[in-house]
Amino acid sequence: MNDEQLLRYSRHILLDEMGIDVQERLLGATALVVGAGGLGSPAGLYLAAAGIGRILLADDDTVDLTNLQRQILHRQDRVGQPKAESGRRSMLEINPGIEVEAIARRLDGAALREAVARAGVVLDCCDNFATRQAVNRACVALRKPLVSGAAIRFDGQIAVFDLRRDDSPCYHCLFPEGQDIEEVRCATMGVFAPLTGIVGTTQAAEALKLVGGFGVPAVGRLLMLDARAMRWHEVRVPRDPGCAVCATRPVAGDAR
Amino acid sequence: MAVEVKVTSVLQKITGSKVVAGEGGTVGELLANLDGRYPGFNDQIMQNGALHRFVNIYLNDEDIRYLDQLNTRLKDGDTISILPALAGG
Repeated sequence: MNDEQLLRYSRHILLDEMGIDVQERLLGATALVVGAGGLGSPAGLYLAAAGIGRILLADDDTVDLTNLQRQILHRQDRVGQPKAESGRRSMLEINPGIEVEAIARRLDGAALREAVARAGVVLDCCDNFATRQAVNRACVALRKPLVSGAAIRFDGQIAVFDLRRDDSPCYHCLFPEGQDIEEVRCATMGVFAPLTGIVGTTQAAEALKLVGGFGVPAVGRLLMLDARAMRWHEVRVPRDPGCAVCATRPVAGDAR
Repeated sequence: MAVEVKVTSVLQKITGSKVVAGEGGTVGELLANLDGRYPGFNDQIMQNGALHRFVNIYLNDEDIRYLDQLNTRLKDGDTISILPALAGG
């Protein structure tokens, strides 16, 4: 780390749990953020500010006026531009010392697998179940930690799947895939702006802990936030021994 | 058995509140009780008598999939949380 970096990251370095070693680890890490919307905005900005060395930001959408109420990666003068590129600019404005790659397409198939393979941690900030299940399958196959977040109306959900660990469930253990899946979208249901900030910021916190190797990530728990009452609730998420995606992984005890 | 039922805001549109009281000896009976009082309730979470796969029900924070599913027995004072997967981001 050079002198400017020592200054820039001094408030992390001061933390006993972090220090120079962990900050170096963050600077050497790659994070994949799937979705540059309500969750990907705060998550991406915090990862950038906190000094994740390389961030891959994937989104196939363009900035729309209705996004600006909550998607703080974007700016009024970028309406119509690709979200991935707009997000990249905002992240580099905060921290020009990192690298950000904009992936302006929907990640699936080989491209998804390749992006996940490059990442030390994956943040699922997307808005649809098909992508959530595909990201999970790639993370299971490549044994990458996955931080999943979702928000709609006043409800948020966060779950951490550390697929490097045999005791961790996967997203499919929690929510099995079904043909009957019903997409409930912010576009029709609405979403409270700061809720996306709370959920996305929590995802960034968990991702930093996972790549930095400090603290206790929330593996094996589903955290739920009711932002109307501002109450958190959590339930235990065990591995599903019959999970169609991850049942063939080695078995250990449940994560807590 | 009288239990407390917590729902997310999508179901809240039907129940009118986030926490409602329910009756039933099993989770299945509880859902029938709720559907009787809140028409359309079960349409949101079930299809052909089975739970949608993207809906989880927790009895005091344990997923009923790993208990006795819809036959899971209830006792007075239990808390049931009905939780559809959210996708919005």
